[in-house]
Amino acid sequence: MIRLIINRLFFGLVTLFAVSLIVFLATQALPGDAASAILGRDATPERLTALREQLNLGDPVAVQYGKWLLAALTLDFGTSFASGYPVAEYLAPRLSNSLWLMAFAAIIGTPLALALGSFSAMRRDRGVDHATSMVTLVLASLPEFVVGIVLILIFSTGWLSLFPPIFAGGSGAVWQYPGQLVLPVLTLVIAVSPPIIRMMRASMIEVLESEYVQQARLKGLPEKTVIRRHAAPNAIGPVAQVIALQLAWLAGGVVAIEYLFRFPGIGLALMDAIDARDIPLIQAVVLLIAGVYIVVNLLADIVGLAANPKVRVSAK
Amino acid sequence: MSAAPVKSESAATGPAEPAAKPRRAGLFRTAWGFGRTKVGVVLTAAIVLIALFGPYISPHTDTALVAEPYVTSADGSPFGTDYLGRDVFSRFLYGGQILLLLAASAALFGTLAGTVLGIVAGYRRGWLDELIMRTNDILLAFPQLIAALLIMSIIGPQAWLIVVIIGVTHMPRVARVIREATLRIVEQDFVKSAEAIGVPRWKIMVREILPNVTSPLLVELGLRLTYSIGIVAVLGFLGMGLQPPDADWGLMINENRLAITVQPWAVALPVAAVAVLTIGANLITDGLSRASIGIDRGVEK
Amino acid sequence: MSTSTTDDHRSDEAAALDIDGVTVIGRPSDVEIISGISLSVPRGRILGLVGESGSGKTTLGLALLAHCKRATEITAGSIRIGTTDLLAGTAAEVRALRGRGVAYIPQSPASALNPALRLRTQLREALFESDDAAARVREVLREVALPDDDAFLDRYPHQLSGGQQQRVAIAMAFIGRPDLIVLDEPTTGLDVTTQAHVLATIRSMTRTYGTAGVYISHDMAVVADLADEIAVMYQGEVVERGPGSRLLSAPEHPYTMQLLRAVPLLKTDGGDHPADEAKTPVLTVRGLEAGYGRTNVLKDIDIEVAPGDCVALLGESGSGKTTLSRSIVGLHHQFGGEVVFDGAQLAPSSYRRTAEQRRRVQYIFQNPYEALNPRKRVRDLILQPYAHLTGGKVADPDSVVATALERAALPAAYGERFPEQLSGGERQRVCIARAIATKPDLLICDEITSALDVSVQAEIVELLRNLQNDGMALLFVTHNIALVSNIAQYVAILNSGRIVEYGPVGTVLSDPQHEYTRALIADTPDFELTFADSPMHKSIRAAEKEHTAVEGGTKRPE
Repeated sequence: MIRLIINRLFFGLVTLFAVSLIVFLATQALPGDAASAILGRDATPERLTALREQLNLGDPVAVQYGKWLLAALTLDFGTSFASGYPVAEYLAPRLSNSLWLMAFAAIIGTPLALALGSFSAMRRDRGVDHATSMVTLVLASLPEFVVGIVLILIFSTGWLSLFPPIFAGGSGAVWQYPGQLVLPVLTLVIAVSPPIIRMMRASMIEVLESEYVQQARLKGLPEKTVIRRHAAPNAIGPVAQVIALQLAWLAGGVVAIEYLFRFPGIGLALMDAIDARDIPLIQAVVLLIAGVYIVVNLLADIVGLAANPKVRVSAK
Repeated sequence: MSAAPVKSESAATGPAEPAAKPRRAGLFRTAWGFGRTKVGVVLTAAIVLIALFGPYISPHTDTALVAEPYVTSADGSPFGTDYLGRDVFSRFLYGGQILLLLAASAALFGTLAGTVLGIVAGYRRGWLDELIMRTNDILLAFPQLIAALLIMSIIGPQAWLIVVIIGVTHMPRVARVIREATLRIVEQDFVKSAEAIGVPRWKIMVREILPNVTSPLLVELGLRLTYSIGIVAVLGFLGMGLQPPDADWGLMINENRLAITVQPWAVALPVAAVAVLTIGANLITDGLSRASIGIDRGVEK
Repeated sequence: MSTSTTDDHRSDEAAALDIDGVTVIGRPSDVEIISGISLSVPRGRILGLVGESGSGKTTLGLALLAHCKRATEITAGSIRIGTTDLLAGTAAEVRALRGRGVAYIPQSPASALNPALRLRTQLREALFESDDAAARVREVLREVALPDDDAFLDRYPHQLSGGQQQRVAIAMAFIGRPDLIVLDEPTTGLDVTTQAHVLATIRSMTRTYGTAGVYISHDMAVVADLADEIAVMYQGEVVERGPGSRLLSAPEHPYTMQLLRAVPLLKTDGGDHPADEAKTPVLTVRGLEAGYGRTNVLKDIDIEVAPGDCVALLGESGSGKTTLSRSIVGLHHQFGGEVVFDGAQLAPSSYRRTAEQRRRVQYIFQNPYEALNPRKRVRDLILQPYAHLTGGKVADPDSVVATALERAALPAAYGERFPEQLSGGERQRVCIARAIATKPDLLICDEITSALDVSVQAEIVELLRNLQNDGMALLFVTHNIALVSNIAQYVAILNSGRIVEYGPVGTVLSDPQHEYTRALIADTPDFELTFADSPMHKSIRAAEKEHTAVEGGTKRPE
């Protein structure tokens, strides 16, 4: 098993490396003069020279990439064009805000989704099950910003002005403003849960139909034991992948949500950076999001391997 | 697996009956049997019709200034005006065409490319499979929206670019599914039977494998269409899709969202259109996927 | 070796199981899956329940525990275990009886044991009295001849062999000392030797505990070996029931007779005698070695097949028989040694062989449900390979299809059907038609009857024999020794990648030299068939010139 894990870790690293290469090539190794392409109409000779310097444009592309990667490994992504701050310093509080947002959504969404999925499976083909199926199907179709806007239309306009339509917290950690967090978190929960619910339901149904659950029932075990000991642990396995996928999706999904609610996280930072053509900032945020994605998937793989007795035991 | 009797032979143990069993209904007919598919078709058709023919019945052009900005209703403007004073209803009628075109092309392109890669990887295995799947893993590390934002932040928002990026990001996701389906088909003996008599590889892929992955293929197409609509819309919403003064549902939401409490129609109308469209497309997809599960397993439901 | 039976199925002993008029229907179609079944089994006796697929035997088996698969429902009848009527009881009462009053041994322990739980947990939870449970677990493990130490109890199901898993399932059933035990094809998928051990375990356990048993199987030989009484099921009804000896010697119902006739019987004496003159072999395999990666699965294989001969390749799962047959046809590439067909060495890959070579060697696959592309009509299934192998245009496609179907004993109208419209036997005939359309010289049959019911198997064997009479050479790969004695002239017995014995069928089976062959013959369950001879056996005997039929040690394995 250790070998399998090392194998996954290795591929994770390779992927991360490849991702960094793509980000670099896409942003910096443009044909022609990258500096004037980036600055466009704002190009003045001084700004061009400064930018060429910062991006090491004088060097061959491979050297540029090497310098950039080495710096990135020490979390030095250069200086933000727009704000003048070092990128790392600029992003740190925003990253923490985003992580809080994602953590709230994950902590609320995942257990809720697992419970709903199992509940639905155990009442298969009854009213509750059909209703859950329809609702999750509809919610799963909606792009996340549509969910957010519908929530705003319901809760922030007209008579029901319960929550503010945009995040207007002051300085300090975001969790100090729970009222303002409700809508963004709720939006993410709704966007993230439906696939988990559907997968949990499908997985649970498959396990409930399995021969070992039938055998457990034929042994005369009480239904509670059958579900808790025989069905649920085996049903969660296949869902872990989907949970990972959804949590990893959060990393990208926050962009539109943060933009919608003006939430001061990395997603909003990315949109601002794009507006300002702030290359170092864009590079850093995209790398961060891809990194989160890779790490979450890696963790899910490893947890999946460790939870499977076939892998755990046979590969001593 | 085991040498156990595989399937029910049902009544065939008796004397041979001359009458042929009727063929099982095809994917579309089975899918149509589900109520949700019908609802999906109706919803999708309604929005597609609006998008296609809206410009011809629109009271104003999409760029004409008709009244003060942000009024909730005016003469000839049942849903009021937007932030510049243009007619919301007219912009709504104009705003779906391009979105649909972009989403459909991206879904089609991504699904086709992904299918080719998936079948080749699943059938040929070996280093080619390894190469395709590893490349896929790398592409998969970019959430679709992030990939689109990254590229467009550098090159700038362009319609063709939207299609290419969304298509390319669909590709590895489709390839993964089709590869799985192909692996299941390749294990079956009719593929080996063709190999044993030396049928060329490309013919095996086209004649033996492709017809047997059409169910997952159609499901993927539906799913990718749903997602494409979402991404094109969200790009518009983030200001990275169509640019002003074009009418586009995503862009409309972006332009008018700050006044959502004052003039909700300017946001609600395009949001409703996108919502109904994605829900409709996904209902059809769900119908197809339920039907294909039944068909692939050879049982009802 | 047949089980002796006393003729007292209306015994005055208290019946452990007594069911009356049990009917199970499918929902929502309301079709009766089993209708009005009445049976009783006294304590300490075993009832064999025989039927082919679709007869409803598993549905009945589950109904004995008041369990229904999804979308089925017991609508009538009573099921009495001892003195309790299961169908009248509440859910809690039924549950209390399961495991203690009646226990179930599933067909496939690999999927019936929870993969994520240790054996200890799964055995312990089947036992309801809590005092000294650990001792009871160990005791019952010893009884089924499994280790009873902690290390074994700490294992997961996947760490056991198929035979061990089935014994764990048996132990789990007997642990609560039930009055009745339902066994649903518990030896399917096990090789003959393991099957013999498992059957012996079942026999001794029922004897020790005085438990009544219902043994469900499609395999007449196993049932004849084990059961005191046999009930034959057909289309949801028990068509005949009686003591084993009576049922086998004087079957009354036509279906029972048909079933018994179809069972291939192992002939260990005489057998088919190959022609005397030496024929030039069409296929010669010499010194073949094959493997996957670094593991070698076949060593020193020598085989010859002459026109008009059938050579059987007999081996259990994992013996390498499929690798060998696939090497010959060019689907398995990693082999060394000589494979000479009609004087020319064959290339490892079918793609390197000439079109003529590919046409002359045809292959039929084990599972007819997977060997036909479900998206093509039978006509195209036959024509496309034909066109490919004979080079392009087919002058008269209709007659090619019609001829091929006719030789496979199918009506020409079947050309327009899709595979899903055919039964398993018909599908296998289409596979045969596809293979013989190109008039091959060598036909390789890889376990082609193992996915089919016995009655269908008999028809396919008949068909193959006709092909052979037309001068085709056959390489018949199988795990079924009885089948070998009914179709082949020569047999090669494959064990762990080596041919341990090779020669004329009659010689090898009547006087086996290798201990593996002897064990194989001894472990194959047998029964005596003393009623009118079956057509399958008749025809082969008609081919024999000097030896008249003798109902010898008649055996049939699964």
